[in-house]
Amino acid sequence: MEGILFAWPQALVDIPTHYCPGCQHGLAHRLVAEVIDELEIQKKTIGVVPVGCSVMADKYFNLDAQEAAHGRAPAVATGIKRVHPDKVVFTYQGDGDIAAIGMAEIVHAAARGEKITTIFINNAIYGMTGGQMAPTTLVNQVTATSPFGRQQSSTGYPIRLSEMLATLDGAKYIARVSVNDPANMNKAKKAIKTAFETQIRGEGFAMVEVLAACPTNWGLSPVNAKRWLEENMLPQFPLGVYKNSAEVK
Amino acid sequence: MSEKLLMKGNEAIGKAAIIAGCRYYFGYPITPQSELIEYMAKHLPQTGGTFLQAESEVAAINMVYGAAGAGARVMTSSSSPGVSLKQEGISYIAAAELPCVIVNIMRGGPGLGGIQPGQADYFQATKGGGHGDYHCIVVAPNSAQEMADLTIHAFNVADQYRNPVMILGDGALGQMMEPVAFHDNPLVPVDKPWATTGMGERGKPNNINTLYLEPEALEQVNMKLQQKYQVIQEREVRWETSHTDDAELILVAYGITSRIAFSAMKMARTAGLKVGLFRPITLWPFPKEALANAVTNASAVLTIELSTGQMVEDVNLAIKCSKPVYFQGRTGGMIMSSKDIYEKIVEIFKAERGE
Repeated sequence: MEGILFAWPQALVDIPTHYCPGCQHGLAHRLVAEVIDELEIQKKTIGVVPVGCSVMADKYFNLDAQEAAHGRAPAVATGIKRVHPDKVVFTYQGDGDIAAIGMAEIVHAAARGEKITTIFINNAIYGMTGGQMAPTTLVNQVTATSPFGRQQSSTGYPIRLSEMLATLDGAKYIARVSVNDPANMNKAKKAIKTAFETQIRGEGFAMVEVLAACPTNWGLSPVNAKRWLEENMLPQFPLGVYKNSAEVK
Repeated sequence: MSEKLLMKGNEAIGKAAIIAGCRYYFGYPITPQSELIEYMAKHLPQTGGTFLQAESEVAAINMVYGAAGAGARVMTSSSSPGVSLKQEGISYIAAAELPCVIVNIMRGGPGLGGIQPGQADYFQATKGGGHGDYHCIVVAPNSAQEMADLTIHAFNVADQYRNPVMILGDGALGQMMEPVAFHDNPLVPVDKPWATTGMGERGKPNNINTLYLEPEALEQVNMKLQQKYQVIQEREVRWETSHTDDAELILVAYGITSRIAFSAMKMARTAGLKVGLFRPITLWPFPKEALANAVTNASAVLTIELSTGQMVEDVNLAIKCSKPVYFQGRTGGMIMSSKDIYEKIVEIFKAERGE
């Protein structure tokens, strides 16, 4: 066994996904699955998937899962976790799902210190519906519903959800990561692991925001999309750990 | 037979839910059902259960979705404007075939309306409310005792059919105090092999899902739901009749209105007018055949509701417009008196006799 350096994660089903070339949902799925394998929690983990590009993630994770209405994953996860407090429950949500239509649910799940883990994929655009403006769309970013660029005068500014939730006492671990290069991917995996461990220790709410590229809806090649993320998203959404109650102690 | 307790209808639902094995409640305060959420807040933790006040009706119904999908007996309750907010979740719950109980203690609408009793959510409750082809089983108690009895029934049929059940009460039933007896209810554990409990040794994941992008697959889901609804329509219809055998005029009323109609019927009988009462207990499925049979020998029907006329459409459909169907309604949160109904009865008899 010691000869195996790379294997398909147990927590991931070995089938092709529907994601576009260069989309980073696959990377994020893989990191979550690797963490679930390493923590040996596959048999006791229940996922809640959103409405958006990852709406079919329940087909890709080899786990019990529920598919929630748009934005309601934290409420659905709350219901599951209250019934099975000894199990591990996580939500996997995109920026429109979590920071627009589902803002109330995520804020209150965090405020309650709900013992769930949230993986938030921020690619600054609505992917599934064809590239419309998201609550995390950058000022001047062109989308299908901001065809002249997001105008701050009429549609305001992108929401920094990690910073917002970090102000809540019930949130015990909040980090923003990126999967744009191998070093950041390692940090992302470490953060995801910490977020699951925070739940397993029964501390409270944990979220990892993952900055990700959407080449198709950004209208860029995968290589250029990675560069666009680094040049535009990283300055707007600084990476880092915004809350870590374990370190405070 | 246990002793009788004097309690509000809202509290009777709460106590009965706990007896029925409900250990999870998610809700949001709204008049006139607040006694129910308060009852659950106080009593559910004492049974080892979980009470949670959600941030909204929307969140509450989605917590119900999660808990029901995780295999629990779970309930939420609200009143008209709050139940409107739950409709999205109810559609998903019906689509995913999750058993749960939803209580609507109706008040006057539309909009914010008022906080007094109403029955104007009949269409919403029985015809869908949310999007898509689905049905809740809808039961309509008319006393605090029935609020208790039908709550226990609701949990059982919800599990039996994997379907949401709505208890449709109103502000009068929720608020008024009546003696209620609670019977022993030996719980029969229900096997839920489909629930998301963590895969464990099952070897295969359970998924609760309502997305079917292939049209053929979605049509199959709809056909399966319709087959279930057909069985429910055959087996789960409930109604009650009083003096319908020789009646020339049949009153049709549910919930609190049926109590007033009953008094009016007695006044009419005393005056020598042959009046009967037909009371639907399930509003969906509506007791179509039973009503059609009950009116066979009658010459007219009077439907009475706290609305401008909603159930009256189902009455006309059930009897295929074979008899004149009169309507008496009251809205704004007000309730007609038995004398009001009696006067309408006298008026109808005069009209039918050509006087």
